[in-house]
Amino acid sequence: MSTTAVRLARVRAGSLRARLQNPWRRPRLLAVTTWLYVLWSLVPVLLAIRFAFNEGRSRTAAQGWSLRWFWGDPTLSVFHDPTLQSALIHSLVLAALVMVVAVPLGTMLALGLRGWGGRLSGPVNVVLLLPLVTPELMFAVGMFLLFTTAFGFIGLGTTAQAIGQVTFTLSWVVLIVRGRLATIGPDVEEAAADLGAPPLHVVWRVLLPLLLPAVAASFLVAFALSIDDFVVAQYLSGGAETTTVPMRIYAQARGAPTPALNALATLMLLVSLLALVLAYAVFRALTRGEQRGSALAQLATIDSGGAR
Amino acid sequence: MRRGALTWRLLAIPGVAWLAAFFLVAFYAIVSVGFGNVTTLYQPVPHWNPLDWNVGYVWVAVKAVLPGGQTWDAFLRTVIYVVVAVALSLAIGFPVAWYTARHAGRWRGVLLVALVLPFWISYLMRMFAWTNLLATDGYATKALHALSIDSLLSSVGLLDGRDWLGGQHVAVVMALVYGYVPYLILPLFVALDRIDDRVIEAARDLGASPAGAFWRVVVPLARTGTLAGIVLIALPMFGDYYTPDLISGSPNTSMLGNAINGYVQGGPDKALGAALTLVASAFLLVLMFSYLRVLRADQREAQRA
Repeated sequence: MSTTAVRLARVRAGSLRARLQNPWRRPRLLAVTTWLYVLWSLVPVLLAIRFAFNEGRSRTAAQGWSLRWFWGDPTLSVFHDPTLQSALIHSLVLAALVMVVAVPLGTMLALGLRGWGGRLSGPVNVVLLLPLVTPELMFAVGMFLLFTTAFGFIGLGTTAQAIGQVTFTLSWVVLIVRGRLATIGPDVEEAAADLGAPPLHVVWRVLLPLLLPAVAASFLVAFALSIDDFVVAQYLSGGAETTTVPMRIYAQARGAPTPALNALATLMLLVSLLALVLAYAVFRALTRGEQRGSALAQLATIDSGGAR
Repeated sequence: MRRGALTWRLLAIPGVAWLAAFFLVAFYAIVSVGFGNVTTLYQPVPHWNPLDWNVGYVWVAVKAVLPGGQTWDAFLRTVIYVVVAVALSLAIGFPVAWYTARHAGRWRGVLLVALVLPFWISYLMRMFAWTNLLATDGYATKALHALSIDSLLSSVGLLDGRDWLGGQHVAVVMALVYGYVPYLILPLFVALDRIDDRVIEAARDLGASPAGAFWRVVVPLARTGTLAGIVLIALPMFGDYYTPDLISGSPNTSMLGNAINGYVQGGPDKALGAALTLVASAFLLVLMFSYLRVLRADQREAQRA
């Protein structure tokens, strides 16, 4: 037996102590923990999706396969139950409104704050970060009291819900756009200005095209925040017709629901994942040729502080 | 002043005005209602002028969260739930983040996607999934019974009866961990990923034991990110009312958020709800500002880089 083989055998059979002291050992326990965690975090949701395809009425056990709870059932399916259908539509309408308002507003704010400098930018920065650290319930209570007292002319309903969601989404958009602005650096902008471009041209023809990946990511994050939001939407809801999908789940999860609720949640998840894939494709196309980590990692870390 | 200062200001003004009108004024609305009064029909009458403030409701709210008060139980329970849930989240999250950041090898990308995936599933749906599994005939209930975990927990007094969804502290805390741990893992991952391998190797070469290198090198380097992650999940837990509602629905497990939600949305005492929100905010301000400092420092670093 060669000495290497002996040494190898000795290392393999070595005491636990020796194994623990080998800094290059494979961390099996860590690997097991991690994969168990992944299973634990995803399997319950996969099972909830599985029950959506049940043939029977059970939400707690698998009972065959059917699309009954999506549209097969003439009264109880998502497609035929007006409360479920309107929740789905309202969630999507609200998300669209939030995206359309929050992304331009936040992009403008990020650009403006960069050029502003001056005394006011400090306090504005603090106010900008506050929505990220305020517990959602406090924010929702404040909004609710605002729209039922001083801003009573707006009142509760879709407008109030959209305003509420835009307000906490705005900070995210600014952070994302600003992160990208920081990587662009002042050179490009100064070069354009030196060549005689007025500020609006600098923004429109130089900065904005460079910011497009951040804008795409902002659309995605605005969509995700709005779709996922429960507390603000519930507090600012004006009644049954402004019920969103999370509100419907909250109202019916402990009642006497059918797998139609699972089907509704599954559809919503499908929409979120489609948005994610679409945004990833756009993000990737826009950042082609940039050697700064994979687009996936960049997109993933955007969400790294989801203060919700 | 830079060139075209006016343009930059015009760009920023709509956003600044929006935040002022809807964030700052909304927060002031809580103050005005909390320090306000109510009509004979219990409709809140906000007192916008600080000179007119009525401290009655805030005083009632302060007394309510002190020992012996109406919401003292819920307040204490919330603190215990949050502390236990954060500790468990760290115990789960740290190894997962550590493995993904340093040892995952070619699985790193897949793992990262798996860790981010829960962000794309609605929180309410993730809780709802557990109401399916923990029902009396649910898969999780059966599995826990087959493994005798339910009788084990009953024998140490952590489970009361057989119904997991009927006001069990264990179920609510586990649901909180399940709900919030993804939001802790990602900042932890970012913090641990940043640590240079060579620093740990240097510590080992200089004679530190593996545990010594971990406590004296890794932990200090990861401290800021870890604290940020803890605050990030603790803050929303303090305002959570939907997790106990879905997983238990019993007053035995109601939290501070349930109390506030009950006053503001359910009951007639909206002014008291606002006052209670103020008291809770004052309590959470410490946490909020510590996180704000980390965020600010992060931003400055990003701007310098």
